[in-house]
Amino acid sequence: MKRQLPESDLERAFELIATAIDRVGRDHESMFLAKLALALATQLRSVDAISAAISSAERDVQR
Amino acid sequence: MPRPAHRNSSLYFNYPHYDFVAPPELAGTGLTHHVAIVGGGPVGLTAALELARHGVSCVLLEEKDTVNEGSRAICIARHSLEIMQQLGISDRFVRKGLGWTHGTSYYGTRPVYRLEMPHSEQERFFPMYNLQQQYVEQFLVDAAAANSRIDLRWQSRLAGIEIANAGASLTVETPQGSYCLRARHVIAADGARSAVRAQLGLRLKGDAYEGCYVIADVRMRSDYPTERRAFFDSPGNPGSTVLIHRQPDDIWRIDYQLAAGESEAEALSEANVTRRVRAILAMIGEQAPWELEWWSLYKAYTLALDDYRHGPVLFVGDAAHLVPIFGVRGLNSGLADAMNAAWKLAYVIRGWAPAKLLASYSSERRGATMEVFELAAKSTQFMTPPTRGFTLMRDAALALAVHDDATRPLINPRQSQPYTYAASPLTGFPARDREFSAGPCAGAAIVNRQLGAGRFLLDALGRGFSGMYFSRNGDVPAQVRALCDDLGVGDEPFALIVIVDMATFTAYGADDGTFYLVRPDRHIVARWRQIETDEVRRALQQSLGGTER
Repeated sequence: MKRQLPESDLERAFELIATAIDRVGRDHESMFLAKLALALATQLRSVDAISAAISSAERDVQR
Repeated sequence: MPRPAHRNSSLYFNYPHYDFVAPPELAGTGLTHHVAIVGGGPVGLTAALELARHGVSCVLLEEKDTVNEGSRAICIARHSLEIMQQLGISDRFVRKGLGWTHGTSYYGTRPVYRLEMPHSEQERFFPMYNLQQQYVEQFLVDAAAANSRIDLRWQSRLAGIEIANAGASLTVETPQGSYCLRARHVIAADGARSAVRAQLGLRLKGDAYEGCYVIADVRMRSDYPTERRAFFDSPGNPGSTVLIHRQPDDIWRIDYQLAAGESEAEALSEANVTRRVRAILAMIGEQAPWELEWWSLYKAYTLALDDYRHGPVLFVGDAAHLVPIFGVRGLNSGLADAMNAAWKLAYVIRGWAPAKLLASYSSERRGATMEVFELAAKSTQFMTPPTRGFTLMRDAALALAVHDDATRPLINPRQSQPYTYAASPLTGFPARDREFSAGPCAGAAIVNRQLGAGRFLLDALGRGFSGMYFSRNGDVPAQVRALCDDLGVGDEPFALIVIVDMATFTAYGADDGTFYLVRPDRHIVARWRQIETDEVRRALQQSLGGTER
């Protein structure tokens, strides 16, 4: 994937999501992350970008 | 308990023994010294050598009778080598140290990030050298012992300090009794558990981080090149982090993070260290026999004094601040502290600058510490994630990076860089600085350039202030020569460096007539696209604390 976000914002995004995960707590983690993924998907121009991101994230995920 | 790499038990290093020599104070002779340095580690010794370079004598007190035990701070950054060059001892570091430019980070056993540190033939030194701290101290002690301006007092422990109007009185305990040492200035270089700091009732403030590392040295023959290896969640230490560095004398540093809740005391037993190291060496495919040399425990802190100056005392290195090891800023920032404190103190003592120059020590070096804290907090958050959220995100970033480079910048270990004193009261003419579109800015350290075969820009620096004048044909106007003749401070002539090399013009954003004014510690006071002689004079005054000499 080609990164659109500048490097400095990438770090900031990492921290914002990490602290939000801590805020919602472990019981609501999955729901929060699913909502976040969907909310971010609405910000993209096409479903292709979402498909590419899903493929990348799905690799090596253990079942 | 950690095995002390004691003089009798080290596999490779002969710990020297330094005798106690009775000082004149023990015979009742009352002297007042210009400077007393407390602590004979690398930072205190560097401060002593820099004072001596500017003609100032000092007494250095060290409680031990040998150098520090164990390899400790092993990564010496380029800017620290440049300090050693100024002190005239970089050759020994280069001969013994292992220079390196690269690193690899792994998630499990798969590479996810390649660290490439800036390096080119323009540099005399590698970006980083691995060298055990005992050698660093040994080289510095040898230089200090050969310097008649440094009175090195071994087996001399600080038992008390009292601040008086004109300096400080130190109570020193020795094998032959205690004595009172009087000094006008004190440099506290006595480390993380600073006795000076404790005696004066000062406290470090800041944060402690989650996560705890065992750092272990083993002796082992291996041909693996010198580079930084970081393993996240690997078979060698599942769920935690491992760092591996090569050192001289076939010594390898293995740092491994303990799991949350692991007992520190148990983790430090020889049997446990052996077991953990064996698993890590098996993971990286090392099959040669190995022996444990030394190990210790490490935790990350970002702690600092509010002010690095307390009356006549300047705090340097770990006595002033504790920083996490990730990014190798502990020793390297301590050496920069020592240089900053020492040239300023020397100039004040010799009457070349007003006492208020010393105020800039704390503002400049505390600024450096705050930047280190910010960078180190990020590195530490990644190396030892403090919460569930950060752990999950760290693992996600690493897992994505196996196949995808979009998130790889998050894995950058952010290694030590020299700090820029852009906002310092000693740095001048910001509007002139903004006229440049390239080159190191005002407040930054100057960047080396190869000016001829084996001849580098930094080799031409003077003992005190220096100036770089850019001239394509090598001509220097009489007015500029006259200015430079006039800019010497005390007995330190101004070093004029004429730059004709076109590549260096480009690197410094220079034109014919460009001028960079450089402090004794290699930092740029100010720069002009076209030299303005009156402004150069004013900038030099400003960098000496602001008043006429």
